Amino acid sequence: MTTAKERKVMQQQFKERMNEDELMNCMRCGFCLPACPTYIESGFQETHSPRGRIALMKAVVDGLIEPDEDVERTLNMCLGCRACEPVCPSGVNYGHLLEEARDIIQQNKKYSLPVRMLRKAVFGGLFPHSHRMRTITGLISFYQRSGLQRIVRNTGLLNLLPAQLKEMEKVLPKVPTLKEMKHRPEHLPAQGETKRRVAFFSGCLMDTMFMETNDATMKLLQLAGCEIVIPPAQTCCGALHGHSGEKSQAKELAKRNIEAFEGLNVDYIITNAGGCGAFLMEYDHLLKDDPAWGERAKAFTEKIKDISVILVELNFHKKGLKLPSQVVTYQDSCHLRNVMKTSAAPRILLQSIEGVEFREMKDADRCCGSAGIYNIVEPEMSMQILDYKMEQVKETKATTIVTANPGCLLQMKLGIEREGLSAHVRAVHIVELLLEAAEASGFTVNQQWQMPEHIRKTS
Amino acid sequence: MISNEVKQRLISIVGLENYDDSKAGRLVYSYDATPQFQSLPDAVIAPRNTKEVSEIVKICNEHRIPIVPRGSGTNLCAGTCPTEGGLVLIFKHMNNILEIDEENLTVTVQPGVITLDLIKAVEAKGLFYPPDPSSMKISTIGGSINENSGGLRGLKYGVTRDYVMALEVVLANGDIIRTGGKLAKDVAGYDLTRLFVGSEGTLGIITEATLKLIPMPETKKTMLALYQDLEAAARSVSQIIANKIIPTTLEFLDQPTLEVVEAYAQIGLPTDVKAVLLIEQDGPSEVVERDIKKMEEICKKEQAVSVKVAQSEAEADALRTARRSALSALARLKPTTILEDATVPRSEIAKMVKAINEVAEKYNVKICTFGHAGDGNLHPTCPTDARDREEIERVEKAFEEIFAKAIELGGTITGEHGVGIMKAPYLEWKLGREGIAAMKAIKNALDPNNIMNPGKVFAKSTRKRVVITR
Repeated sequence: MTTAKERKVMQQQFKERMNEDELMNCMRCGFCLPACPTYIESGFQETHSPRGRIALMKAVVDGLIEPDEDVERTLNMCLGCRACEPVCPSGVNYGHLLEEARDIIQQNKKYSLPVRMLRKAVFGGLFPHSHRMRTITGLISFYQRSGLQRIVRNTGLLNLLPAQLKEMEKVLPKVPTLKEMKHRPEHLPAQGETKRRVAFFSGCLMDTMFMETNDATMKLLQLAGCEIVIPPAQTCCGALHGHSGEKSQAKELAKRNIEAFEGLNVDYIITNAGGCGAFLMEYDHLLKDDPAWGERAKAFTEKIKDISVILVELNFHKKGLKLPSQVVTYQDSCHLRNVMKTSAAPRILLQSIEGVEFREMKDADRCCGSAGIYNIVEPEMSMQILDYKMEQVKETKATTIVTANPGCLLQMKLGIEREGLSAHVRAVHIVELLLEAAEASGFTVNQQWQMPEHIRKTS
Repeated sequence: MISNEVKQRLISIVGLENYDDSKAGRLVYSYDATPQFQSLPDAVIAPRNTKEVSEIVKICNEHRIPIVPRGSGTNLCAGTCPTEGGLVLIFKHMNNILEIDEENLTVTVQPGVITLDLIKAVEAKGLFYPPDPSSMKISTIGGSINENSGGLRGLKYGVTRDYVMALEVVLANGDIIRTGGKLAKDVAGYDLTRLFVGSEGTLGIITEATLKLIPMPETKKTMLALYQDLEAAARSVSQIIANKIIPTTLEFLDQPTLEVVEAYAQIGLPTDVKAVLLIEQDGPSEVVERDIKKMEEICKKEQAVSVKVAQSEAEADALRTARRSALSALARLKPTTILEDATVPRSEIAKMVKAINEVAEKYNVKICTFGHAGDGNLHPTCPTDARDREEIERVEKAFEEIFAKAIELGGTITGEHGVGIMKAPYLEWKLGREGIAAMKAIKNALDPNNIMNPGKVFAKSTRKRVVITR
C-alpha cells in the first residue's frame, strides 16, 4: 500500500515527466483494442487495453485520479508487446509512455529489504557484468552436466518450486560450460568474398545461456559474406532494466554500448534477439534528454539490423537451402515486428528452404506471453495467452516452431511441454534452422571460430 | 451517487465480478472517441442476459440512476460519455451470434458482437451485411444500431437502419419488448424498430437484434481518381450519380488527409494531388466492368489527372483500410482532432466542399476534408489543440457556420455520427421547435424519469443560429 503522501509525490512526477503531447495524441478511437492480447484475454476489459492505460496515465497527469494500486495493476498487466503501435493511425508511441510511467512507479516503490536486494543484485549486479552472467550460467551448466539435474528431478525437489518455475526448469537450453563461455571470438572473416563488414551484438543471455544460437548467427553471417567484429567491451542492452522501471541503469548500459561500437567502421550492427534489437534501436529516445549523447545514439541506432534482414539483403534465401520434409510455422517476436518493423525477412528465409512447408498460424503476430519476465511475474495471464497460442500452433500441424528471440523460444518450448507435444514438435531459433539447412545443403564455414586447443581438451 | 444498499442489490443481480466502482475501473469508461468530453460514471456493470438488464433497469428507475449503454466506445458525438454519472452498462458477456438463418436471410445477434466478426461470419455462408462503419473492427453491433451507423458502402446499400428487422428492447420501466420480426412485410402498429434505431440509448436498451442479409455480390472493382482541383472531384461525384450510376463506394479525400493517411498506411497513396476519389462498384462482372468504365470516362471529363484501377483485391483492400484510418490518422497533425459529419443532398456536394474551404479561410483554421462524398456525407475535420482556447472558439464558430450552410443546402447537421451531446445544441436548427417537441414527447412517454442516457440528443439550450453573410 502506498500512502497518500507517496501518491502525491508520484502524481507530481507524472505531471513533470510524462509527455503530454504524446498522451493527447491518443484520440481514443480504439483501433488498438483488437490488437491487444490482454484486452482480449481479460474478456474485453478496457482497463487492460492500450486506450484504457493511456487514459489512466493522462488522468493521473490531469489530477483526475491518483496513481493508486489499481492504476499500477493495469500497467503491470501490460505485456509491453507494443502490438498497439503499428495499428495506431495516430502514431502514438505507447511503449515510451508505458516505460516512463513504470519507471516513475518503480522508483517510488517501497520494496521489502529482500526484494530490494534481489532487484539490485539482478539488475545492477548480474546482467551488466558478463563474467557474472557466465558464472551463473556455468552453475546451470554444472547442474545439467554433473548429474545433479537428474537427482533433483528424481527426488521431486522441483515440486518445492511454483508450478511455473518447475516447468521453466524443463525447457532451459543445454548451456555451455564456463570455459566455453570465457573464450569468445572478437573477429571473424567472411566466407569467400567480403560483401559487408558488420559488428555483432552478442548480448548477455545470448552469449551465455544461448551461446549456440550466437555461434549459429555468426556462422550464417560468415556464409553470407560478412566480416564480423565482436567488440568485447559491449554489455547487456538494458531492455530488462528499461521495461522494469530501472531506466537510469538502462541509460548507463546504453552509453557503454554506444562507446563499444563507435569507430568500428561497420555497415551494420547485427542482433539476433528481437527484444534486444528493439531496445538498442531506441537508444536515441532513451538518451533524448542527454544532449552530449544525442548524435552518437542516433548514429548507433541507424546501424541496428536483425540477422534475418541482412541475410535477405545478401540473398541468402537464394542459396538453394534444403531440409528434410517438414511443416514449419513462425511466431513473430513482438519487438522485432512492432518496433524493428521486421516481419517479412524471416518468412522469406523460411519459405526459401526446399522441403519446408511454411504454414502461417492464425495471429502469429500476437504475443506468446513471454514478454521478458512477464511469464514469471504474471504467470496466470501469460499462460492463458500461451494456451491460445498453442491452439493456433496445433491448427497448423507444424512440427517445427520458429522464433526470433530467446524469450519467445523458451515460451514456445514451455508451450510444447504443457501440451505434451515434445515427442514430435520442436521449437528453434530461426538461425538454428537456417544453419541446419545450410549444413544439410553442403555449406560449411571454412574459417569458423574455434576454441584454442588446450581449452577444448579440458572442457 | 449509488448508495451501498443499491450497490448490494446490483451486485446480487450480476455478481461481484461484474460490478466495478474502483476509480481506475470507472475512469476507463469515462470517455468515448469524442474529443473534449470526459465524465466519471459511478460504476460499470456487465449484465449476462436480458433478464439481468431488466432487473438493473428497474432498480435504476426506482432510484433515478442514469444508465449509459456502451459498446466499444468508438462513437464521435460523446453519446456514451456518462456526463450525468450513473451506471455504464457494458455488453462483454452478451456478445454472441445467436443464429444465421439461411432460409430467411437473417442473422440474430446480441448487442456486444463486433461488427466485423458479424460480417465475416455471414460472409462465410455467402451472405452479405453491408453496413461497414470505419470502426467496424472495433465497434459493436449494439452501438451501430443505437447510432444508426453508416459506412463506406452506404451509398448503394444504405445504413444500419436499412438492415434492422427486429429488436428486443428493455424499456425504462424494466419491460422487455420485441419489435418487428423476420418479415418482409409487417404493418402491425407503429414501427418501433425504426424508432429505436439511432435512438442513442435514450429510449431503452437493445438486448438482441435480427438483421437482414443479402446475397454476396459476385464481383467488385476498385479505382482511384486523382484531381488537382477539389471542386472538380466534387463535380465528378454529382456527375456519376446524374449519369444514373450508383457505385458501392464513392469516397473523397483531400490532400492533407492523403498525406497523413499515407504516413500511416504507407501504401503509395498520391500526396501530390489536391484530392482523390475512391470508387468501388460490385455486382455481376459485366455490370461492374461497364460502370467502372463509364465512371472512368466521367472522372476524366471532369479533369481527373489520372484514374487507376486496383489490380488485386489486396490492393483494393489496402485502399479501403487506408480510407478507414483517415480520422485517426489526422490526429497525427495536432493533439486534438474535431470532426463533423454535416450532410447535404449529393447534388450539392461541390457547393459544400467550396463552402467548407471558405469557412476555414474566414476563421483561419485548418480543415481537412474526407468522407462519403457519394451520399453527400462529408467529414470536415479540424486538427487543433484543446489547450488553445482561443483557437477552439474559432473552430467552434467555423463548424457552426458549416452546419448552417449544410441546412441551407437542404442538408443535416449529422449524417451518421449521431447527436449525442456534441450536436445537441444544433438539433433545433434542423428540426425546428415543433420537431424537438414531438421528439421530447416520445422520450417523456417512454422514459418519464429520464434515466436512459440523460443529457443526450436534447440540449439544455439551443445555440443561437448563425447568420450567414455570404
